[in-house]
Amino acid sequence: MEAFLQQLFAGLATGGIYASLALALVMIYQATHQVNFAQGEMAMFSTFIAWTLIQAGLPYWVAFFATVAISFVIAAVIEFTIIRPLHKAPELSVVVVFIGLLVIFHSVAGFLFGSQIKQFPTPFEPTAWYGTSYLSPHQVGTIFVALCIVAALFAFFGFTTLGLKMRAAAQNPGSSRLLGVNVGRMLMLGWGLAGAIGAIAGMMVAPVVFLDPGMMTGVLIYAFAGALIGGIDNPVGAIVGGFLVGVLENLIGSYIVGTELKLSVALILIVGVLVVRPAGLMGRVVVQRV
Amino acid sequence: MSSLLEVRGLKASYGPTEVLHGIDLDVEQGQVTALLGANGAGKTTTLRALCHFQVRTSGSIAFKGAPIENRSTEQIAMLGVGHVPDGRGTFLGLSTEENIRLGGHGQGDKGALTEDMERVYGYFPRLRERRAQQAGTLSGGEQQMLAIARALMGRPSLLLLDEPSFGLAPLVVKDIFSIMRRIRTEQKVAILLVEQNARVALELADTAYLLETGRIVKSGTAAELRQDDAVRRAYLGD
Repeated sequence: MEAFLQQLFAGLATGGIYASLALALVMIYQATHQVNFAQGEMAMFSTFIAWTLIQAGLPYWVAFFATVAISFVIAAVIEFTIIRPLHKAPELSVVVVFIGLLVIFHSVAGFLFGSQIKQFPTPFEPTAWYGTSYLSPHQVGTIFVALCIVAALFAFFGFTTLGLKMRAAAQNPGSSRLLGVNVGRMLMLGWGLAGAIGAIAGMMVAPVVFLDPGMMTGVLIYAFAGALIGGIDNPVGAIVGGFLVGVLENLIGSYIVGTELKLSVALILIVGVLVVRPAGLMGRVVVQRV
Repeated sequence: MSSLLEVRGLKASYGPTEVLHGIDLDVEQGQVTALLGANGAGKTTTLRALCHFQVRTSGSIAFKGAPIENRSTEQIAMLGVGHVPDGRGTFLGLSTEENIRLGGHGQGDKGALTEDMERVYGYFPRLRERRAQQAGTLSGGEQQMLAIARALMGRPSLLLLDEPSFGLAPLVVKDIFSIMRRIRTEQKVAILLVEQNARVALELADTAYLLETGRIVKSGTAAELRQDDAVRRAYLGD
């Protein structure tokens, strides 16, 4: 029983990371109906930026917030310079560009930082009071950070005018422009936010999987599974899906198929959901009367 | 005194196809100007061309005396042109109230925003009843009211109305036009009204233009056009 609970909670902790990255994917999908395959590699790159800042002697939290800000800017610049000119391009070209971005981030990270595996610090002391026999302080911290992201995003999109404008621009760009909403700027902001969230996910996962250019590949697949299970157009679904995938991955991995096949579980989940319920478990169906 | 909106030689094309062949048009401060014509005459295109929305345009457009032909759609909206587009432009997934709040996004003053919302709810009490409802579930008439309410939230000095009667039951049309009459007397807003339903349009309008295949073929006061034989035969069914 003890071991089961331990696996369950550990699943929640990694689930928080998947949920965050899934949220970043959903954010871009909602705005542009594109899936950013490079999201994971961008997060990895951000984590290397954080690592560099920490190596340079900055305190952890200063490096953390600086990285979030830098990642926001990088993602926004990518939207402006690479994605925006493609807004009338066929879908396949956009997919190819995303894959290109993935490869570029991967190899640039390898070139700049080397492919040797590096340790990445956690800000949550291993002896902190909030550790329990079920959860290490880093796991508690990860869950807490994921919930903070969720709360902050919901407050932002639910209660601020800027959040409302971003949702409007995603839903109906034409009508938004007629109301004076600068749709391009909203997309850029959405990309920036997704980049910032990805950076946080990267910094939370790096102490566990260690830092190297390939660290986000698996995470991205789990995040995809989470986003698809929840419904790729539904932020709440992405969060629930992310946590669910984390828990399932851990339980199925330790009790049924073993660690080697864990990643396949995620892929089976993706295929299964797409076959049975293409919109995801919580996928939104927008009703329209005519 | 110059007009609120002065259009000279306006041409518009979708890709290589020109659909407006140079039209002249004036809208006076606080007046209702109707733009009549059959299906495909270029009425919707005219409204779009005024905002540089989805069409390529040339010609000169002056709003409040300043040229706007080089401005973007967003900038023109912020200058005080409220566009109620064809298809109503509803944000289906947002609530009714969010749709309305969105119309007032440029209003930084919270108190003024609430005041504006109360005012449009005053015009459209139905929308207040449905404020929490997802806008996609509103009926056609309610979505039309919502589109007008959303545009009014930006405190426009010119309202472009694209076929507000389209697809609505006669009673609902009557309702919406009587509210429009109230709005034009209570707000200092000029209206450029595009309508296929010439009868209701001429009742509300002060002046009117008749558009045929991308050209203005007649203009005058609403009373003059109502008396015009050709207009009566073709558009009023007399």
